[in-house]
Amino acid sequence: MMRWFTLLAASLLAGCVQMQSVRGTGDLGVVIERANGRVAVVETTGKTVLGRIEGLGDLSHASVVFSRDGRYAYVFGRDGGLTKVDLLTATIAKRVMQAGNSIGGAISQDGRLVVAQNYQPGGIKVFDAASLELLSEVPAAYGTEGKHSKVVGLADLTGNRFAYALFDAGQIWVTDLSDPRNPKTEKFAAGNQPYDGLVTPDGRHYLAGLFGEDGIALLDTWRPQDGARKILGGYGRGQEKLPVFKMPHLRGWAMAGGNAYLPAIGSHEVLVVDARNWQGVHRIPVKGQPVFVMARPDGRQVWVNFAFPDNGWVQVIDTVAGKVVQTLEPGKAILHMEFTPRGEAVWLSARDDNKVVVYDTATFKPLTTLPMQAPSGIFFTTRAARTGF
Amino acid sequence: MKYAAAIAVGTLALAAHAGEREAELIRLVRQDCGSCHGMTLKGGLGLPLTPEALGDKPADSLVSTVMNGRPGTAMPPWKTIISEQDAEWIVKRLLEGFPEEK
Ligand code: HEC
Repeated sequence: MMRWFTLLAASLLAGCVQMQSVRGTGDLGVVIERANGRVAVVETTGKTVLGRIEGLGDLSHASVVFSRDGRYAYVFGRDGGLTKVDLLTATIAKRVMQAGNSIGGAISQDGRLVVAQNYQPGGIKVFDAASLELLSEVPAAYGTEGKHSKVVGLADLTGNRFAYALFDAGQIWVTDLSDPRNPKTEKFAAGNQPYDGLVTPDGRHYLAGLFGEDGIALLDTWRPQDGARKILGGYGRGQEKLPVFKMPHLRGWAMAGGNAYLPAIGSHEVLVVDARNWQGVHRIPVKGQPVFVMARPDGRQVWVNFAFPDNGWVQVIDTVAGKVVQTLEPGKAILHMEFTPRGEAVWLSARDDNKVVVYDTATFKPLTTLPMQAPSGIFFTTRAARTGF
Repeated sequence: MKYAAAIAVGTLALAAHAGEREAELIRLVRQDCGSCHGMTLKGGLGLPLTPEALGDKPADSLVSTVMNGRPGTAMPPWKTIISEQDAEWIVKRLLEGFPEEK
C-alpha cells in the first residue's frame, strides 16, 4: 500500500515538472505541426521542444498571436477553431469553433481583444482575450446583392482599432473596437483583389497588396480623411507576369534602414520601397517568387523564402549591399521563418523533411535540427510586444 | 513460364511507379493546391474542390481550368508543372472525393 502511494506521488510529480519550475516566457514559442492538429511548445535558449499539444483541429496554414504577458498563444485554425494555449503548462486553456473557414487573427493594443479574420462567413469576429466570449462581429457585406467578402490582412492599430482588406470587394476597412460590443467601421476603396495586408511598425500606414492589378494600396491611418491611395502602380510594368502558385504573405514583412522590403507578385524579385515617400527605389532579383520577406530584428539582413516550385531555397539579402549574399538549401518545402528575439538565429520549417532547422545568422551555418511532423508556421513570444504581429 | 514472370515483374514495377506518382500528386493537391483551396479542399481564397461543390461540372472543363488557370482570377495554370494525364487523374479524384495523404 505504502509502496503504491510512493509510486503515485512520484508519477504525479513527474507530470507537473513544467508547472513546478518557475520560468519566464520571453524565449518561448510554438511550431505548428500538421499531424493531429498539433502544436509544439519550444524554447529558443536551449533550442528544445518543451511539450506538445494535440486536438487543435485543421492547422493547415494556421497562424498565432500572443497575449501580452507571453503566456498564452491564440492559435487560429483553418477550420475556424480558435484555441488559447497555455505555453507554461502545455495545455489548452480554452477553445471555441468560431467560423467555417478562417485564416488568422490579431490581438488588440491593450491585449483584451482577440479578433479573427474569416473567409467563411466573410468578416471579422471579436473575442474577449481572457474568456474567448464572442463580443461582436463585423460581416464583410458589400454591394447590393448581400454578398460577403473574404477578409485578408487583418492588423492591429493603436486605440484598439483593426485594419483589414476585403479580397472580393476591393476595399480596406478600419474597425474601431474601443467599445468592443459596438464596432464602428470606416471603409476605403483599395483596388482589385487585395490579397494580404500589413501595418508599419509604428502602426501608422496600412498597406494592402493587390493581386488583380499592379501596385499596393496605402492608407495613412493618421489621416484617414485622405483615403487609400495606390503606390508602385507602374512598378514592374512591361514585365510578363509569371503564374502565381502561392500568394505572398505581407505580415512579417521587412523594414530596414528607412526602406520597406516587399515580395513582388508574379516575378522573381523583392521590391525595395522608400518608406518616407513610398516610391520604389530598387528591385532585387531573387531565386523564385518570394512568399515571406522578413528582416532580422536589427534590419541588417532580409531573409526570403519562395513559392512552389522553388520552396527548397532561402536567400539572404544584405541591406547595406542591397543584394543577395547567401543562398541556402535548408530542406524541402521551407514554409516559414522566425527570428529569435534579437536575431542571432533564425528557425526555418522544412515541411516535407519533417524538421525545423535553426541557422546562425552570422555564419549561415545550421546550429541544430528539431524533428517535427510537417511543420508550417513558427511563432515566438516576441510578437506579443509588436504592433502588426 | 519465364516470360510470364518477366511480364508480371514489369507490371509490378509500373504499378509501383504509378503509385509513387499518385502519392506525389496527392501531396501536391493537399499541400500546394491547398494553400488556396484549403488542405481539406473545403475552400479558401480559391473555391471548394469537394465533390459536393464541384457537383456535375464537366470533368474536361475542370481539367482545362487546372492546366490553363482562369485568367482574371487567382487560379494559376499548372501546365508547366503537371501533365494532362496528371490533371485528368486529379480531377477524377476530386469528383470522387480526394484521397488523404498517407
Ligand atoms: C494561388 C491560388 C490557387 C492555387 C495555388 C490553386 N488554385 Fe485552383 N482556383 C483558385 C481560384 C481563385 C479559383 C476560382 C476561380 C474563379 O473564380 O472562377 C480556382 C478554381 C479552381 C477550379 C475550378 C473550381 C470550380 O468549381 O469551377 C479547380 C478545379 C481548381 N481550382 C483546381 C486547382 C488545383 C488542382 C490546384 C493545384 C494543382 C489549384 N487549383 C491551385 C486559386 C488557386
